[in-house]
Amino acid sequence: MSVNGFLQILIYFGIIVAITKPLGAFMAKVFEGEKTFLYRILRPLERMVYRICGIKEDEDMPWTTYAIAMLAFSAVGMVLTYVLLRTQGMINFAGLNPQGVGAKEMTPDLALNTAASFTTNTNWQNYVPETTLSYFSNMVSLAIHNWMSAATGMAIAIALIRGFSRKSAKGIGNFWVDTVRATIYVLLPIALVGGVIFIAGGVPQNFLPYQVVTTLEGAKQTIAQGPVASQEIIKMLGTNGGGFFNANSAHPFENPNNFINLLQILAIFCIPAGLTYTFGKMVGNTKQGWAIFGAMSAMFLTGAFVCNAAEQSGNPYFAKAGIMTEQTTTQPGGNMEGKEMRFGIGASTLFATVTTDASCGAVNGMHDSYTPLGGLVPLFNILTGEVIFGGVGAGLYGMLMFAIIGVFIAGLMVGRTPEYIGKKIEKFEVQMAMLVVLILAACILGFTAMSANTSYPPGATAVTFDDKHAADEAKLPPLASWNHVNTSSPSNYLGATTNNTNNGGAHGFSEILYMYASATGNNGSAFAGITGNTPHYNVTGMIAMLVGRFFMIIPLLAIAGSLAAKKRVPESLGTFSTDSGTFVALLIGVVILVNALTFFPALALGPIVEHFQMTPTRKPI
Amino acid sequence: MKHIRPAILLTLFFVVFTGIVFPYSLYFIGKLMPHQANGSLVTDAKGVVIGSELIAQPFAKPEYFHPRPSGTGDLGYGTFDKDHAFAGSAGTNLGPTSDKLINGIHKKTPDGKDDPSNFDGVVDLAKAYRSENGLSETAKVPADAVTRSGSGIDPHISIENAHIQVSRVAKARHMSDDQVKKLVDEHIESRFLGVFGDPVVNVLKLNLDLDKSGK
Repeated sequence: MSVNGFLQILIYFGIIVAITKPLGAFMAKVFEGEKTFLYRILRPLERMVYRICGIKEDEDMPWTTYAIAMLAFSAVGMVLTYVLLRTQGMINFAGLNPQGVGAKEMTPDLALNTAASFTTNTNWQNYVPETTLSYFSNMVSLAIHNWMSAATGMAIAIALIRGFSRKSAKGIGNFWVDTVRATIYVLLPIALVGGVIFIAGGVPQNFLPYQVVTTLEGAKQTIAQGPVASQEIIKMLGTNGGGFFNANSAHPFENPNNFINLLQILAIFCIPAGLTYTFGKMVGNTKQGWAIFGAMSAMFLTGAFVCNAAEQSGNPYFAKAGIMTEQTTTQPGGNMEGKEMRFGIGASTLFATVTTDASCGAVNGMHDSYTPLGGLVPLFNILTGEVIFGGVGAGLYGMLMFAIIGVFIAGLMVGRTPEYIGKKIEKFEVQMAMLVVLILAACILGFTAMSANTSYPPGATAVTFDDKHAADEAKLPPLASWNHVNTSSPSNYLGATTNNTNNGGAHGFSEILYMYASATGNNGSAFAGITGNTPHYNVTGMIAMLVGRFFMIIPLLAIAGSLAAKKRVPESLGTFSTDSGTFVALLIGVVILVNALTFFPALALGPIVEHFQMTPTRKPI
Repeated sequence: MKHIRPAILLTLFFVVFTGIVFPYSLYFIGKLMPHQANGSLVTDAKGVVIGSELIAQPFAKPEYFHPRPSGTGDLGYGTFDKDHAFAGSAGTNLGPTSDKLINGIHKKTPDGKDDPSNFDGVVDLAKAYRSENGLSETAKVPADAVTRSGSGIDPHISIENAHIQVSRVAKARHMSDDQVKKLVDEHIESRFLGVFGDPVVNVLKLNLDLDKSGK
């Protein structure tokens, strides 16, 4: 832990605290349909959208209708993206496909994985964008989901808040109206201003073909180009995280300097933090919102400090090789593998913590190369279910789910029917909340166990065929294609699914665990060494992302519907106060306990055992 | 199925509005800032584009400052030749206990050539860095000099790393250490607001200015 790292975390956190109230109050007004300072400018656009799409603004939906509308919206978007990705080679106008990439790069399983990934706000990327995607695919097929899935997340959070704020009501709002308002009044203004600042700061925005240059020493270098800024801003603001380039926000074009880097991490947290205040405002007691904010903050700060300390103390193998490990005023020290010099240890670990707390998943350094404990922090953050501020909307509704479990446990301890925000928490709500916890855990652990043990032909040893051996390749059983690397040349059959990892031993296991945690948690960051672009990983990853998104949203909408229909119970002397420090501690305890019990064995096999292996007296693996 | 119609129409709205209108709006605003919007390209005296100030270039000659090592899947730094295609940006993604990361891979093919999978570990890179810069075998090397960045095209090095390279560059250019060091110090970019990130030196900009200094 360095003094500078400490300061970076605290100043950043201070800015987030300052943003929370004004942005949260603004969002409360937007979703209640009240006039804001943007109303006169943007209201005509909002009304136009309703008219074109045939949306009745005053229609109130019961939770089932709300869920069906959300599913229809997601399904249409996912199908559209799949079709556009598969046909990207045909879409070649206005200089939107200068590199001429096509369907060969976007195989059916990869296109499915990618479509699910962007629809679910995950943005897991099993492809190298520079060589796989046209500008059109980036801009239209994928980036629209950065808006749509973010707006959907916010709508769901607002619907759940209405469950608490309404009494004896049939409906929980209108999905279409919530989505449109989230886009037009919240995402659009911030993205427009942010996008312009990004360009000014050095993020490219053009439709030029890739620039080939001869370097000073005479090598040929490709400089990738494209409409980066427009995708970059919404990727952070919508907590999506899908990079325009393979290195994501580590690429100097996506994230050229520390001013832009600071804006990026602020963009990730601003809406999720603001929504805690929106929650308090809409339920009529802002202290309730600050309690949620407090629990999130405590977990965020702990993670940020631990991650910074672990990376700054570095890798003992590096120290043994005579590499500086202490930070000085002229060099960073610590574990710089996979990190960018301009971010050093401080801004890299802060970014890693923020991006995994929120379900963003953008990275400004490679998490795969973090020290075991430094990498444990992002992994643990994701495993909490993305509730430490979390994705736009998703973080709040996830945390409210834990609040329901929390008051239920508190109710058991004192022997009273639990209440939260004046609503009785009964069997149905607790069942639904536990259903979410169990399904998500089963998805992460089940797929991890599967991929740690599956073997396709040719089995334990990977086989590579070049053109001369095409006849031998044809002799492999069809099952072998399930772990064949898409479009690789020469042709690469990996066999056992553990061969896809880039590292051996415990770290290889961590790569698999991180993948399914990230997919199910809809995060999208990776221990990116893993070769995910095979049908096995594309299909299982896709299922994990869809389960993680919709098996969380639908039970929570059911809770919203059930709560909205209930009467409000007046607060009495025996009511467990949920805007107190005790509740904050209880909430943190529940999040930690549920996850520690569920995932500790898996974490012990991955980062924890690796931490004890990382000692210079032992040979590296 | 009355929800299919708004679902389709609203999706189309997103396609047109956020997929096309939004990026093109930024594109036209970006025309006011052509240098940044086009990738911060730098040109030589004749106006030929020779790179981007944000993207590292490979430098191996002693008279130039060297960037951090690169882990991109091609020849490194996004460079290519007829046998190695451009592969985008990437780090090594090797974990902290990886033998490949620490000690590297050094194999020979049956006909005595270097195996294509060969790889320099940090131990090798540290050794090469010391001999290149005339350091003793036990001298400590800066962390950034022997680790590969996340993007593989990190344009910066640490101040310490630049200072260590000063004598080598000065010698190769027949300049005094002080002259080169002065130029390095002019290229130091400090932390944002004095707090965020780390202070750095941009290698390409520094090398270009070295060439301009005419020696």
